[in-house]
Amino acid sequence: MELTGAQILMKVLKDEGVDTIFGYPGGAVIDIYDELAKTDIRHVLVRHEQGAVHAADGYARAKGRTGVCLATSGPGATNTVTGIASAYLDSIPVVIITGQVPTHLIGNDAFQEVDIVGITRPCTKHNFLVQRTEDLARIIKEAFYIAQSGRPGPVLVDIPKDVGNTKIDFEMPTDVNLRSYNPTYNPNPRQLKKVLKLIEESERPMIFAGGGVILSKGSEELTKFARRAQIPVTTSLMGLGAFPGSDPLWLGMIGMHGTYRANICTGACDLMISVGVRFDDRVTGKTDSFASQAKIVHIDIDPTSIRKNIPVTTPVVGDCRKTLENLNALLDETDLGDLQQKRKKWLDQIVDWRSKRPLDYEQDEDVIKPQYVVEKLYELTKGEAIITTEVGQNQMWAAQYYHFESPNHFITSGGLGCMGFGLPAAIGAQMACPDKLVVDIAGDGSIQMNSQELMTAVQNCLPIKVVILNNGYLGMVRQWQELFYDKRYSCTCMDHAPDFVKLAEAYGAVGLRATKPEEVRSVLKEGLFSPETVIMDFRVAKEESVYPMVPAGAPITEMLLV
Amino acid sequence: MKEEKHVLSLLVDNEPGVLSRISGLFSGRGYNIESLCVAETTEPNISRLTIVTKANQPLVEQVKKQLNKLINVLKVYELTGQKFVQREMALIKVNAKPDNRAEILRIVDIFRCKVVDVGKEHYTLEITGDEGKLAAIMSLLRPIGIKEIARTGAIALFREPKNGN
Repeated sequence: MELTGAQILMKVLKDEGVDTIFGYPGGAVIDIYDELAKTDIRHVLVRHEQGAVHAADGYARAKGRTGVCLATSGPGATNTVTGIASAYLDSIPVVIITGQVPTHLIGNDAFQEVDIVGITRPCTKHNFLVQRTEDLARIIKEAFYIAQSGRPGPVLVDIPKDVGNTKIDFEMPTDVNLRSYNPTYNPNPRQLKKVLKLIEESERPMIFAGGGVILSKGSEELTKFARRAQIPVTTSLMGLGAFPGSDPLWLGMIGMHGTYRANICTGACDLMISVGVRFDDRVTGKTDSFASQAKIVHIDIDPTSIRKNIPVTTPVVGDCRKTLENLNALLDETDLGDLQQKRKKWLDQIVDWRSKRPLDYEQDEDVIKPQYVVEKLYELTKGEAIITTEVGQNQMWAAQYYHFESPNHFITSGGLGCMGFGLPAAIGAQMACPDKLVVDIAGDGSIQMNSQELMTAVQNCLPIKVVILNNGYLGMVRQWQELFYDKRYSCTCMDHAPDFVKLAEAYGAVGLRATKPEEVRSVLKEGLFSPETVIMDFRVAKEESVYPMVPAGAPITEMLLV
Repeated sequence: MKEEKHVLSLLVDNEPGVLSRISGLFSGRGYNIESLCVAETTEPNISRLTIVTKANQPLVEQVKKQLNKLINVLKVYELTGQKFVQREMALIKVNAKPDNRAEILRIVDIFRCKVVDVGKEHYTLEITGDEGKLAAIMSLLRPIGIKEIARTGAIALFREPKNGN
């Protein structure tokens, strides 16, 4: 069958089960767009290509499958870079298709030409420049395979215009064969036996889970494992939702803004079973004193994560879910004795830490506290909403005060810490899960980084809710300036902001505002149960800080508390 | 922890962009490259790349893992710590005036190198050997006057196990 490159692309995308593409047209992808319109793939027209990648990222996280976006050459391609870097650092499977100038013009500084393969080489899992139409189908297949297998990540495919409009005889490739790429899914049984022995010997064990558990769909196995072995669980920011926030074994999040009990546990435990984490500096603080009394087990599918930042007693290379499954099977055959008795002292100690230093903030009768807004949001949504966030204080308060029960419900730019992520990610999540309530918890600063995507939401009738914790500051940097720079608020005051209610209305969305604590509940209620896109502008305490806080580079057991 | 030289030998896909993926990994992550050599193997779609890097033990482990993670890298071998042969090559253009031409040829003889180009006032020598041999000949030629030099990095292969060993 004779088909053009653009037609082949559509065939392969359909074959890969793609139902939604986030994108923005342009000269180099005009042939692809011409064919796209003839398929039943939904195209979401974003207002900036960065939004397209974040939306594909949000789609991937909410749905647990690869997100796809499409941009033109040159500026279209360069605009995707921030989104790609964010997906890369959080290991999110996204396939980015970019147009390129025709092959005979490559290298000539042609109109809208950039070497996007060169630019994105360090922030993609892999990338391709398709040089012949004959290679296109195979490369697209490989791109999807690489993006979603092993440790997932973004893969970019750059398609020159002539590759898209050349006709060739087409046959669908059957399977992908990459001779140099074989991720290790099955853990080594000998290592697992060692882990089991460590659990048996341990008096004060804890589990530290991360995004890898969610990516491998291993939350159920993790929960089973922790409950069976009676081991308390903390997670990184990326791991929130991997373990139910209502479980008595839940410690709260670890790290710079982790809970007191999770961070103190880290210093006191004698065994840390880490699963699908990479020991980011925001988690470990000073690495020399991190979990210094503990033997560390590290389970991860990516061998480079192991012993990169932290020395490990027992490494286990494997898929998180598979490894936990195997550990659970081993536990079923093992008599661990009277665990209730054995763990009593350790778990009682944790309860004591918790009651002594719970997550807390000072209430105020006249001023809305941002934490209060998140608490009320949690109550009203019964913890069932998909929460996306921007980056900064809003992100940390969301992580602390919205108690996630299940995976794929917390969508945040963890590794890159990319402001402007939450709104487009909410669009992607809502496209992936039309029946879910999707809420973007935002700050007044970061919402302005991609607020153009409000138009995308309204155009596609997406009832996403944006909760702005509006304090008139770039709050997280202000907090650092307050604590470490003698309150010299250099350039962090953002008291010139748009009227967010009017902004919402200008885009055809609903705008609501609360300025007093007693209005919070009613504004949230009105906004959340509206069938439309809604912006809620909460005027919150201007100089509220996120606590606990571990100063950068300090041991994580040394926290500044409320 | 002590930094030492490590010789790594990689088999990689022979296709455009692979070298920049590897060199980009080193520069992006702040790893060191002492030398790097690359050429096709007997299989035209596979190249062998020899990298000499300076790193402490945990870091070289991380370097190897990161290299292995690149999709276009088929195999990563570390030769350091095992039996292997290693060679570098240099082309050295030396001043050759009538009064020192004989001296240069004696050095050529001792080091078993070759004269590959001759002129009224120069010889160009080709020498292969390990780093030490190249350093030695250069220290002898320097007083005579080295006009220009071109050097390769190291290339290396494992020694095959010998019978009875």
